[in-house]
Amino acid sequence: MRHDHLITSKHLTREDIEAVLDRAAEIDADPDAVAGKHEGTILGLLFFEPSTRTKMSFETAMKRLGGDVVDMGSVESSSVKKGETLADTVRVIEGYADAIVVRHPSQGSAKMASEFVDVPLINAGDGAGHHPTQTLLDLYTIRENAGLDDLSIGIMGDLKYGRTVHSLAYALSNFDAHQHFVSPESLQLPREVVYDLHQEGASVREHESLEEVLASLDVLYVTRIQRERFPDENEYQRIAGEYQIDLETLEAASDDLTVMHPLPRVDEIAPEIDDTDHAAYFEQAHNGVPVRMALLDRLLEGGVSR
Amino acid sequence: MSDNHGHDDDHGHEPDHDHDQDHELRVSKIRNGTVIDHVRGGQALNVLAILGIDGSQDEEVSVGINVPSDRLARKDIVKVEGRELSQEEVDVLSLIAPDATINIVREYDVTSKHRVERPEEVEGVLTCPNATCITTENEPVTSRFDVLEDGVRCSYCETIVRDEIADLIDSR
Repeated sequence: MRHDHLITSKHLTREDIEAVLDRAAEIDADPDAVAGKHEGTILGLLFFEPSTRTKMSFETAMKRLGGDVVDMGSVESSSVKKGETLADTVRVIEGYADAIVVRHPSQGSAKMASEFVDVPLINAGDGAGHHPTQTLLDLYTIRENAGLDDLSIGIMGDLKYGRTVHSLAYALSNFDAHQHFVSPESLQLPREVVYDLHQEGASVREHESLEEVLASLDVLYVTRIQRERFPDENEYQRIAGEYQIDLETLEAASDDLTVMHPLPRVDEIAPEIDDTDHAAYFEQAHNGVPVRMALLDRLLEGGVSR
Repeated sequence: MSDNHGHDDDHGHEPDHDHDQDHELRVSKIRNGTVIDHVRGGQALNVLAILGIDGSQDEEVSVGINVPSDRLARKDIVKVEGRELSQEEVDVLSLIAPDATINIVREYDVTSKHRVERPEEVEGVLTCPNATCITTENEPVTSRFDVLEDGVRCSYCETIVRDEIADLIDSR
């Protein structure tokens, strides 16, 4: 079995992460240097859940490296609709593609799928579990804007089901980062993630109010409070309002605060912030291409990742 | 060789007379088989579940629940006639009965006695309680749990279970 899959950020070392980010910076500076490098390579895209940014940036990354993609299409139009298992699907696509990207609604799905294939498999989101490639582009953006050492970062919103948050928290535990998790009590970080972060010796604090920490932050990473998680609409309305930011909110923040969001946003970040120097979320989304180019380049060359 | 009444003799002294008599009455000796002693009080029925014993077969089983114990204050004892446990069964037992001793009995004598040891992982014996875990779906995957100091953790979705491990045991 190959060991160059990327399933979780949990086991990535600082060296692993920096190697990808450094390579992404090289590619960002001179994309022509890798144009056509992986000509003839086929990337299989298996998205069992909707996706815009992740799917399109993988597609763009592969094409800019000279390769191409085969796409399962929607679940409705695939054999999944006929009851095919994920294990069978990846075993079939392994015969068509040199690497596979999987997004699936079940936690642990990417790990299971990786046990059935010999081509590199990349987790593009497994339910509420992990989303390691989002984390790599998040770290790239953080490094560009605030640096990764002596970092004070607030991570706010739905921390319970937010896979991007889980992956980011694990990766940040490699760096000298103070992590402040801001959420309603019902959407706190899963206890197993907190357990792991403590095991790693990470600096972690949990808050219910952004006001408690905003002034000390270098980065504020906002995620969507997911309305569908709340059985009571009134409860959602009460909570969601407390986790939205606008220019008035940011008056208490440092002028250098970088505001990030994995997108899509609904109303967590007021559009009036878009044109300020705080906003980094569109840049963050754009960084998905060079970072995924760097990652694919490494995986296709047999670079060690997990 | 010692006998197989399930005496609580791990501290090097005999239990008091009353306890001894209680054991005689409650849990009879077996001729050949396994005595699982020092099970935490109240876990005996879960031990039976792990062993797949539900009374529907012809196995001869004696059970003592919440009997006095020097080491555990209250303990359960399970004696199974005519059966020696597999390592896999002992591994799972260790999750709910980490203090248990396994006594193999032949012709009324205990021929070997050892404490259970917690394995690093158990495979195919627990069901993940997370309804969105891939192992609960119709996939050709066997459940696998890493064993922690104070619980177990699904190797796939990473859910940690500490207090209700017995509830996860696959019914056989």
